[in-house]
Amino acid sequence: MNSTMNILRKEIREMLTKSTILPVVLLALLFGGMGSMIGGVEEQVSRPPIVGVINNDGDGLSLLAETTISERAEVVYDGSSVEEGITAVDDAGGVALLQIPDDFTESIYNDEPGTIRIFWIMEGTGLLDSVPSSAVENVLWYVNRDISVQLIEMNSTANASFALNPTARDETTILGDREMDGISPGTIASLLSPQSLMMPIVIMMLIMAAGGTVISSMGMEKENKTLETLLTLPVKRGSIVTGKLAASAVVGLLMAAIYMVGMSYYMGSLGTSSDLDLAQFDLTLSAIDYAIVGASLFITLLAALALCMVLGTFAKNYKSAQTLTMPIVIMAMVPMFLLMFKDFGTLPLPAQLLVFAIPFSHPMMAMRGLMFDDYALVVGGLLYVSAFAIAMMAVTIWIFKTDRLLTGRIGKKVEGRRMGRFPILEFLLGHRRDS
Amino acid sequence: MTNSDAKRSDGLALEVSNLVKKYGEFTALKGISFGMKEGEVFGLIGPNGAGKTTALRIISTILRITSGSVRMFGIDVGREPHEARKILSYLPEDAGAYKNLTGNEYLEFIARFFSDDTEDVRKITSKGVAIASLGDRMNDKVDTYSKGMARRLLVARALMIEPRVAILDELTSGLDVMNAQEIRRIVKDTSKRGTTVLLSSHNMLEVELMCDRIALINDGLIVEMGTPMELKERHNAGNVEEVFTRVIR
Repeated sequence: MNSTMNILRKEIREMLTKSTILPVVLLALLFGGMGSMIGGVEEQVSRPPIVGVINNDGDGLSLLAETTISERAEVVYDGSSVEEGITAVDDAGGVALLQIPDDFTESIYNDEPGTIRIFWIMEGTGLLDSVPSSAVENVLWYVNRDISVQLIEMNSTANASFALNPTARDETTILGDREMDGISPGTIASLLSPQSLMMPIVIMMLIMAAGGTVISSMGMEKENKTLETLLTLPVKRGSIVTGKLAASAVVGLLMAAIYMVGMSYYMGSLGTSSDLDLAQFDLTLSAIDYAIVGASLFITLLAALALCMVLGTFAKNYKSAQTLTMPIVIMAMVPMFLLMFKDFGTLPLPAQLLVFAIPFSHPMMAMRGLMFDDYALVVGGLLYVSAFAIAMMAVTIWIFKTDRLLTGRIGKKVEGRRMGRFPILEFLLGHRRDS
Repeated sequence: MTNSDAKRSDGLALEVSNLVKKYGEFTALKGISFGMKEGEVFGLIGPNGAGKTTALRIISTILRITSGSVRMFGIDVGREPHEARKILSYLPEDAGAYKNLTGNEYLEFIARFFSDDTEDVRKITSKGVAIASLGDRMNDKVDTYSKGMARRLLVARALMIEPRVAILDELTSGLDVMNAQEIRRIVKDTSKRGTTVLLSSHNMLEVELMCDRIALINDGLIVEMGTPMELKERHNAGNVEEVFTRVIR
């Protein structure tokens, strides 16, 4: 028993190190943050939605509908102009402008559905961006129910089916400068879900696969004691860095391609058939757009690999290389989760700054950005990622020219003392330099 | 290839002057100086942590000089490391080879850094194969090699390019007597063909057998230097090991 306890203690001491605990803590914090964001959306749904109302009928059932709306929603506009109404609702952070036409009551009494015209104001195309519209859908359900009750009480129709569904809708979704007729925010979000889900996941996988390869390659060079020999060969440091980056990019792209094939089959099996298609709403990409997405992906991959190379220079061996992939994993997961659920434009400012600063976010945003003509964000991101990639490559080449690669020194002071220029890395590695 | 790029020397193959190396506040080398003639086998010996490996790494261009200078056949190693790399070969104490490559592939991989010409690469590789003397095992992956076989391959890698300066750290580390003798013979033959050899070893017998001159380094300083005979006479010792213990004590 004592021997078992002895081994147990030793194993736990080896497994529970700072470098194994910290990533788990960071991931827990990350998921906690995501949870609070999703919780915020639930709260938004449970609050009365902000809407505007235009009642062109002003009689009978339209007044009942208006009353129901005002009881169950916060009405910020009650007028007659669609343009003014949309502006007022948008300014108030609202979801929809509901227009009741002048023949609303008359149509219903003639056993024809009273059509409510809905102008949806959609802020973004993330999965959670369409959630607030469901609160308005709920209000409209009550409008339908209340009119239905009225019709039944008045015994005004013999058509039972119509009495249960006396209203219809005609909807237009406004997203940025674009107006899309006959489609709701929920349908748009569902049509764009391949971009919302697939792109962030594929890019995260690509970065993790290629980044892991380059970091491990550096760890293996040190563990197998091949690095010193490599550094004494007549080969320029830039060539070593370029060769390693290019190889990792090829391997990463190959891995991502394999992953994408599997993932697309998986997503395809989940997809629902729809008569709608993105081209109907001009939500397609041109050849130039695809070239920009490709460029964004390539430059981001380069930036990610260069960053991984910098991290890899701190790897002492294969095991520590695995630990060093954790910052990359976290950096890839943050934008993946955020952009999967929310559009960049609908994120809070601190989250926007964080997402923009993480270079891996940009190809995740590029496709949707180009679809909605947000060229400033896409091109700005491209320039930022290019600068980041150049800076990281310069840092990598600089490290290759210094002693750091061999001595693993990340501080100014000698063994046993902390310097703190790279405290997180030092902490992750539990670093002590070789003599 | 290797020799033709070197600049004219000032008579010395390697000249180390007042070499200082600091790691932060810790000074590993406190100003060592020595010179080596072309074709000479020079031994750098000393206790653990004395600064031998640091000195070898600096001369091999992979650590930067804090102050002082190293000149290799007239090339300033600190200023022109890439030029120095064309004429030197470094064998670290615990060096390894790429495990996924076969012995042949590894030697060819290294040879390609020294020539773009296919025929040259083939010649260099053939020379390496001959030095390694591993027979058919050269077609096996390095991963399957014993420690002795891997060391022979690495020695072959270091010497097949006929470097002007070979820097060998613990040349026969981990080798059995037979393998060690064979490797020493190969290195001696290489030096006879003009390669200057800087050797570091804890094996005093090896140092005494192989080196024309020896420098004894302790705490970052050279504390003794001379031929094995001179040192033995100077310290009235029967062998270099006794010289070592008397000087270090």
